[in-house]
Amino acid sequence: MTELRRDLAIISDWIKPNCRILDLGCGNGTLLKHLRDTRGVNGYGLEIDTDKIITCLNNNINVIQTDLDAGLSVFDSDSFDYIVMSQTLQAIYRPDLLIEEMLRVGREGIVTFPNFGHWKARLHIALGGHMPVYGAISYEWYNTPNIHLCTLSDFEKLCKDKGIKILQREVVTTEHKSSIAMRVLPNLLGELALYRFTKK
Amino acid sequence: MPDSIPTDSIGIVSPSVQKFTTPLALDCGRELKEYELIYETYGELNTDKSNAVLICHALSSDHHAAGYHSMEDKKPGWWDNCIGPGKPIDTNRFFVISLNNLGGCSGSTGPITINPDTGKPYGPDFPIVTVKDWVRSQARLADVLGIDQFAAVIGGSLGGMQALQWAIDFPDRLRHSVIIAAAPLLSTQNIAFNDVARQAIMTDPEFHAGHYYEHNTIPKHGLMIARMLGHITYLSDDAMRGKFGRELREGKLNYNFDIEFQVESYLRYQGELFINRFDANTYLLMTKALDYFDPAADYDDDLSKALANIKSKSLIISFTSDWRFSPERSLEIVKALHDNDKDFSYIEVEAEQGHDAFLMKIPYYMDTFSAYMANVK
Repeated sequence: MTELRRDLAIISDWIKPNCRILDLGCGNGTLLKHLRDTRGVNGYGLEIDTDKIITCLNNNINVIQTDLDAGLSVFDSDSFDYIVMSQTLQAIYRPDLLIEEMLRVGREGIVTFPNFGHWKARLHIALGGHMPVYGAISYEWYNTPNIHLCTLSDFEKLCKDKGIKILQREVVTTEHKSSIAMRVLPNLLGELALYRFTKK
Repeated sequence: MPDSIPTDSIGIVSPSVQKFTTPLALDCGRELKEYELIYETYGELNTDKSNAVLICHALSSDHHAAGYHSMEDKKPGWWDNCIGPGKPIDTNRFFVISLNNLGGCSGSTGPITINPDTGKPYGPDFPIVTVKDWVRSQARLADVLGIDQFAAVIGGSLGGMQALQWAIDFPDRLRHSVIIAAAPLLSTQNIAFNDVARQAIMTDPEFHAGHYYEHNTIPKHGLMIARMLGHITYLSDDAMRGKFGRELREGKLNYNFDIEFQVESYLRYQGELFINRFDANTYLLMTKALDYFDPAADYDDDLSKALANIKSKSLIISFTSDWRFSPERSLEIVKALHDNDKDFSYIEVEAEQGHDAFLMKIPYYMDTFSAYMANVK
């Protein structure tokens, strides 16, 4: 098996074996396949991209074709241990509502997103005077799917406002590396943020 | 007529008939003392008999799902798009069984069959059969063929309902169920459409309370209207507009009640084709089987409870423009499967063809269907 992307490896470590998860925007099903094969975790992936859905089926992953912006109404409350959303939050029409939905349907939520507070993003705007285009957010402003970019501080404020308790936080670079400096100045040095959270 | 058999076709096929002499008890309280089922098979059964796939047909189709009966055939079987070498239901890997259901008019025992008790066709006296009855009769055919467990039971529309019923009634006898363009039960609107179709047939003066065979006639106007109505519900508004628009057959309005718009011509043509191949009493029975289908009814009207004991993995497929059995109806099945933490995938195919899309070669449909079937072992 090829080595798992660093952010997915961190998520895997956060998830207890033999539980049920729902992976929002599951892509090719890489995380679900890894969790199924190594930790006995079962669940479903939600995806809208047709090519990725075909790959999921090829990988024998349970995939449900759906638009996350339509919500999770098909799922009953508290039906999963974890709801995971990896690098999808920023492309959602109303991230605040979807996070609420995540904690309705699951016991804990895990999200990862590109940190708009990273020094590169700040430099692009402050000195370049243009929208940042690099690494995890390598789109032009007019064609980006990332309509709700935020910083670590922004996300943590949203959690505070909504009474959500953050259980764990990690930051990594787009090469999915982690360092001590990043732990000291996560909002400046972390390119990708990872959070595990629950209802208070 | 095909000039030559396409390389991805199963080729020339011929049906077999299996006679059953053990009475079959039916949901309606009556029984069939003896009956025959006509079926076709495609591909080879492997030595441990583990690669069998059962195809369940929809309202007006039959056992001839793939290949050609002769070089004179204009068209292959009704699901040739999906069954054949290298197709989603790959006959290089699977042994495919496709039968005509009880009550049908293509060779299995039905209203046009001679009733051994009277020496006359059953006609309207043929008992009402349900999806559960069909599933029981199909299981008996599997017994005869030595198949303990199907690799998959697959169907679209009313066929998908049979696949769902299979998963519920015989959880140990299938590993996968593929339920396409179906619903867990009919909506009020669906039942209403079916009743209009039945009324069209039953009020035709040639119907003779179902005994039209004895009068050497058929209720062709009624059957034709029933088919025309059905056809409207199989197509989407967009598909009809795309195909016919408001095009006039003669290019001008004639201010009379003859066929003027192309869509009228098309529907009547479809209706006429149908009366030559389908029996009106069978049509009545099939619509009733649809109306009665409600597997949750045996489980306190709770579909989640009905699916609690299924063991098969499932693939559910719906089509965006299908308003007969819309994606929302498939999602009811999805929800019940998820309530029970069952393994399944759900695909919603973007398609403008309406309910009929399940018969068509839509690339994304074929790709997802094939990808799922590749993992059916």
